[in-house]
Amino acid sequence: MTTTIPHTTTTHEVDESNYLKAGRGFKSWFFTLDHKRIGLMYLLGITIVFFVAGAMAVLLRTELAAPGQTIFNADTYNQMFTLHGAMMVFLFIIPSVPAVLGNFALPIMLGAKDVAFPKLNLFSFHLWIIGAIFFVGTLLTGGLDTGWTFYTPYSVTTSTSVIMAVMGAFILGFSSIFTGMNMVVTVHKMRPPGMTFFRMPLFVWAIYATAIIQVLATPVLGITLLMLAVERAFGLGIFDPALGGDPVLFQHFFWFYSHPAVYIMILPGMGIISELMATFSRKHIFSYRWIAYSSVAIAIFGFLVWGHHMFTSGQSRLASFIFSALTFSVSIPSAIKVFNWVGTMYKGSVSLATPMLYALSFLFLFTIGGLTGIFLGALSVDVHLHDTYFVVAHFHYVMMGGTVIAFIGGLYYWWPKIWGRMYNETVGKIGCVLVFLGFNLTFLPQFVMGSKGMPRRYFDYPPEFQMYHMLSTSGAYLLGFGMLVVAVNLISAIKRGAPAPANPWGAATLEWTCSSPPPHHNFDETPSVGDPYAMENVIYDPQEGGWVARREGEVGEVRKAGAGA
Amino acid sequence: MNLAGLWMAGTEATMWLPPQKSVNGHKVDELFNFILYVNYFFLAVITILMIVFVIKYARGKQEESREPQPSPSHNTALELVWSIGPLFLVLYIFWVGWTGYLDLRTPPGDAFEVHVTGQKWSWTFTYPNGHVDADLLVPVGQPVRLTMGSEDVLHSFFIPAFRAKMDVVPGRYTTMWFTATEAGDYDVYCTEYCGTEHSSMGARLLAMPPAEFEAELAKRSNYLENDPPLVAGEKVYRIQGCTQCHSIDGTDGIGPSFKGIVLGQSRPLADGSQVVYDENYVRESIMEPQAKIAAGYDPVMPTYKGRLKDKAITVLIQYIKSLNDE
Repeated sequence: MTTTIPHTTTTHEVDESNYLKAGRGFKSWFFTLDHKRIGLMYLLGITIVFFVAGAMAVLLRTELAAPGQTIFNADTYNQMFTLHGAMMVFLFIIPSVPAVLGNFALPIMLGAKDVAFPKLNLFSFHLWIIGAIFFVGTLLTGGLDTGWTFYTPYSVTTSTSVIMAVMGAFILGFSSIFTGMNMVVTVHKMRPPGMTFFRMPLFVWAIYATAIIQVLATPVLGITLLMLAVERAFGLGIFDPALGGDPVLFQHFFWFYSHPAVYIMILPGMGIISELMATFSRKHIFSYRWIAYSSVAIAIFGFLVWGHHMFTSGQSRLASFIFSALTFSVSIPSAIKVFNWVGTMYKGSVSLATPMLYALSFLFLFTIGGLTGIFLGALSVDVHLHDTYFVVAHFHYVMMGGTVIAFIGGLYYWWPKIWGRMYNETVGKIGCVLVFLGFNLTFLPQFVMGSKGMPRRYFDYPPEFQMYHMLSTSGAYLLGFGMLVVAVNLISAIKRGAPAPANPWGAATLEWTCSSPPPHHNFDETPSVGDPYAMENVIYDPQEGGWVARREGEVGEVRKAGAGA
Repeated sequence: MNLAGLWMAGTEATMWLPPQKSVNGHKVDELFNFILYVNYFFLAVITILMIVFVIKYARGKQEESREPQPSPSHNTALELVWSIGPLFLVLYIFWVGWTGYLDLRTPPGDAFEVHVTGQKWSWTFTYPNGHVDADLLVPVGQPVRLTMGSEDVLHSFFIPAFRAKMDVVPGRYTTMWFTATEAGDYDVYCTEYCGTEHSSMGARLLAMPPAEFEAELAKRSNYLENDPPLVAGEKVYRIQGCTQCHSIDGTDGIGPSFKGIVLGQSRPLADGSQVVYDENYVRESIMEPQAKIAAGYDPVMPTYKGRLKDKAITVLIQYIKSLNDE
């Protein structure tokens, strides 16, 4: 089957064989329906947010380098940790993998020309922009000092711009819901002939499980934030006891979304790691089905554990009993994934290219993040650790050591596909080592000071904690520097990188069968589908500088690959 | 047999934990240490396997096409072992955590009761004899039960040395309890974010041998007799809740500030007349607050008739006067 592609732009000469050149000018990007361009616009947006909120983190760490006031006062500190958290969560990490890499890679991995609803996809990006504008508005109209959790009654009584921020988060919620709906329908309806659910790449499984959480959980956040706004604006008593409300009810509502949201943040990262471990080990992923099922199990269990954020809130003992027990059940699917990723390397052909270095960093950091969750799930130990730096360290190990590291690994992995250019491998590795060392130096001391009793969200602290804070602050500088190295390396590759082959890594998923960068409509013909991890089907071609499909019966100078599946 | 008991916890600080000085805290420490070793073990296993595999199965620079060795891509027995094994382990940890939690949350019937009030950004402690203090005094070796409430937003009462923490919620009471095992001066932190001065919302917990505790509490309860007048006056100001409406730095509140007034001068009243601001006017305003309302304020102050001793009023007036001494 051949398809003629209708020309959508008339003003410029367009090159349909390269989506980057199919249309020029601001409008051809800002109003594009191409999932790849929308993904790149998301990337630009969230990268700006990441560096702004990251700069805030460095300033916060600078303030905390010594007890007492260092560079700004307590109110500025409170506003800054609030905005660091709120921007990182709502504007950066939730859209990061699904909206950037999911948007770019998922339809191509399915051999599709686009997502199911391209206009809804563009709308979701425009909503993200509007949400971001609300956050900028919050900054300009009095800031926000509630913490990203908006706990009542503080958020009802503070004089800062809570309603503006809440509206921003509300709008971003819809952006997230629309991305999720798009992914669910795309996965259900646009798989190519022959691709059963169990022939989907695990990245697609992860985005699919994430999308279900986005669609089911995010409306609860929207309703909760609306109720908070109504309470503030009209004095209607819902959460503030002074008005007859119940502040613990807010915590239930908030975490009913925000705990599943943790899995919105980590599951897509896990999907990336499944791709990276298989490709760079040149091995079929170990135990495909267990990894796929564990994504779904995490998505389901994730809805049932929100109360573990509330073991000291005054909720009943029965509730704590149930939530603690269910929390431990989530640890098993995560452990299964880690074991299977490590198992994938066994007897493989392991390449230490930059994306793989990030995947290995992820394994180490996420393992620490996951294992330290056991302390917090255990009721009696959590009473001591709750709301200390131990929790701060734990969720940074999962969210940053997990998701952000996986995201950067995924960016390096798909960068040649996105731009048609290779990045500098040496600088890539140096950047990864800097980020890895800086990250651990920042957050390992926070585990220790937390278990010693240092509470979180503290502008000032007793001198006995200073050594740990100093270590953490110096780690933050190193981490910030490492992130700049990563950004410079990726950006300079766009213009100056060597041309990339279609398949630089030897992956067997569909996105590597179209050119780098892909054509405007990805595929002229719907591709045929096999096992996404049948690495033996591709072979390195020195003339091409990349990997090509192995012809029937060709063995050449290489040994025949091991039996898969 | 309690397996976690193998990781017996002492009372001195470790690399990870601060000193432990309460009857129930050692159970927290034992489980903490047990989980710590579980963490070390699994992190070591994962890391070592990663390093071994990366080195042993390295592709190498000149061998872009080196093929992997044949190996299965699935092993159900292995999957079951590494899912069900950890499942039993975490269920055990869950159970020990639950029983420890029950101990932390179940005070004995004979506990010494103290009422705790959290407000931005200080704690006050009300003792059974009615005395209100900024320090938490407790007898060593005797269970102490705290009933806690908040005047404004969420706070959380955290005593690291006792491994005890509980949120303090407006509109309801929460409780916690502990038994101190050693006399000492322990830190208390607020661990639920509550605004500007969140990080300085601490308190001192003074654990004393029972006899010493009784004497100290009696002495503090009688602060009107035992403290110098200005110190006693400030205590009256804080303990009786004047601080809610009357600032001491000139900031306008629900009522006029105690700073910025000159005794002997006349001040306008709400009904348009004037009053000479002197000791008797202050006294009258405490006993009969509605009699002469200062201009610009609402008549909302409750009467303190019968609630304050003469001596308390005297030291409070001296305290107010001291605020305006140049």
